[in-house]
Amino acid sequence: MAGNGIYRLGTGAGFSSDRLDPAVDLVNRGALDAIVFECLGERTLAFAYRDRSADPMRGYTPLLERRMEAILPGAVANGVRVVTNMGAANPPRAAEVTRGIARELGLDGVRIAYIEGDDVSDLLGPETPLWEGMTIGEVGRRYIGAHAYLGADALMPALESGAEVVITGRVADPSLFVAPLRHHFGWSGGDWQTLGAGTVVGHLMECAGQITGGYFADPGVKNVEGLARLGFPIAEVQSDGAACITKLEGTGGVVDERTVKEQLLYEVHDPTRYLTPDVSADFSGVRIENVGPDRIAVSGAGGTAAPESYKVTVAFDGGYLAEAGVSYAGPGAQARAELAGEIVAERMDSVHGSNAPARVDIIGAASLHATARRYHEDSRDVRLHCTQRASSREQAELLLWEVESLLCCGPAAGGGYRGSITPSVITYSASLARDRVVTKTEIVAP
Amino acid sequence: MSRRVCLRDIAHARTGDKGNTSNLCVFVYDGDHYDAIAAQLTGEYLEREFGALLTGDITRYELPHLNGLNFVMHNALEGGVNESLNLDGHGKSWSSMVLGLEIEI
Repeated sequence: MAGNGIYRLGTGAGFSSDRLDPAVDLVNRGALDAIVFECLGERTLAFAYRDRSADPMRGYTPLLERRMEAILPGAVANGVRVVTNMGAANPPRAAEVTRGIARELGLDGVRIAYIEGDDVSDLLGPETPLWEGMTIGEVGRRYIGAHAYLGADALMPALESGAEVVITGRVADPSLFVAPLRHHFGWSGGDWQTLGAGTVVGHLMECAGQITGGYFADPGVKNVEGLARLGFPIAEVQSDGAACITKLEGTGGVVDERTVKEQLLYEVHDPTRYLTPDVSADFSGVRIENVGPDRIAVSGAGGTAAPESYKVTVAFDGGYLAEAGVSYAGPGAQARAELAGEIVAERMDSVHGSNAPARVDIIGAASLHATARRYHEDSRDVRLHCTQRASSREQAELLLWEVESLLCCGPAAGGGYRGSITPSVITYSASLARDRVVTKTEIVAP
Repeated sequence: MSRRVCLRDIAHARTGDKGNTSNLCVFVYDGDHYDAIAAQLTGEYLEREFGALLTGDITRYELPHLNGLNFVMHNALEGGVNESLNLDGHGKSWSSMVLGLEIEI
C-alpha cells in the first residue's frame, strides 16, 4: 500500500488488556499494510485453555469481540491485514466469532483464517523433562496443558491464501510480525540475517506502547507528553529488514533513541542469541539512529540458524491466590499495621492450622522489594497487605476472613478492608522436536 | 574532580522478566559516562546492595555502541510471577530501585 518498497506494519495491542483507541487510530489513518495484535502473555493461554475445557465455545481472548468490532471497519476499508494471537486456546471459535462480527458490521466477504497446532498437551507426559530441572510428574500439581511457540512459517499458508484476518493461538511474539514481512518481501526460511532483522522489528513492536513512551516516563528526568492518548507504533520496513520506527502525528508519547534502546533489550538475555522459532537473532550490532521527530532508524541486526526444537509452555494448576488488606494512618500507623500482620499470621496457624506460605507487606513502608531494602521507618499512611497461595477457594477465604476480622479485633483505627481471591496458574518450559508439531490452516467461509 | 551522583541523573533503565530471571538494561544519556558505569555498575555492586533478593548468578553484557549494559539476574524474583507473593511479581519496579544507586563520575 505504501509503495516505494516500504512495508508499513503497526501494533494494535501489546498485551491482552491493551487500549483500543490507539489501534482504531492506526487502522483509520496509519496507511498500514498490516496490524498485529499480540495478546497472549506467558500464563494467559493457560487460563484460556481452562476456559475452553469448561465451555467449548470459549477459550479465546476475552476482549476479542470488542477489539474486532472497533478495528474491523477501518481495517477492511483501508485494506489493512490483521494478524493476531487472540485465538488463544480456541482459534476456530475466535474465527467464527470474528466472522459473526464482520457480518453484523455489514463487512461481508472478509476472508478469515485460523491456525492450529500449537496445542501440544497430548504430546507431553509425566516423564517429559522441564527446563526447570524436574519432570512434569515431579511438579506435584495438576497438569493443565502445554502449548508450543510456533514460528512465522505456521502463518505462511494463511497469508498466501490472501486471508485478511489471521487468527492464531501461541506463536512467538516477534514471529507474528516476521510472518507478514516474510510473505510480503518473499524472504526465504533460511535467510538468517534478514530474518534476524525482521525479528528485531517484531521484538521492538511486540509491546505496542512500550516503544512509543509507555513504561518509560519518569517526571523530571524522562518527561513524556500525552500518555493518556499514547500513540501505538508503526514500523516502516525495508526489504532487507531495516526499519524506521515511528507513530502517528498528533498522538501522545515519544519515539526516540531512549525508548527504542530500552525496548531493544526488554526481556532479552544474551543480546547475541535471541532465540525464536524463526532464527537465532543477534541484537548486539543493532544501530539506533534519530532521523527525525519521533522517527528512529534501526539497522545492523544479524542472525544464525533457528533452534532445532520448539519452546513449549507447560501449565499447572496453581491453586488460588488470596489477598487482603487493611489501612492505618497517623502516628504509630506502621507499628499498628505490623501488629495486625503478626495477629493474622498467628491466627492462620493457631486457629486454622494453615501452613501455606503467607507474606505480609506494609504498603507505604516496604511492599515491593522488602526483602532487599527497607525505606521509610515511620510512614503515617500505610496498608497491611497479606498474601497467601491456597489449594482451595475455602482455604483462600480463611485469609480474607482473618484480615477482615481485624476491623473489630485488631489494632486501633484500621479501615478500608478489601479482599480478593484469584485462580492461579503456574507455568514451566519444555522443548519439543519440531517434527512432532503439525500445524493446520483453515479458512472460514465468509 | 570526580563526584558521586545518583544513577538516575545520568542513566535510564528498563526491567523485563522470564520466569524467575530478571533482566535489567541500563543506558547512560551521555556516552562520556559509559566507562564509569562499565567500571562501577557491576554484578558485585548489585549483589552488595540487594543481596537478600538477588540469590542467583548475575551475568552482565556490555553494549558500548548503545552506551548500555544488560544484566541477567537469575533467581531474582522470589520464584517469579508464577510463585512469588510479591505485589510486583514481574519485578517491573526493579529498574527504578537500581537507578537509586550511586556512581562516581
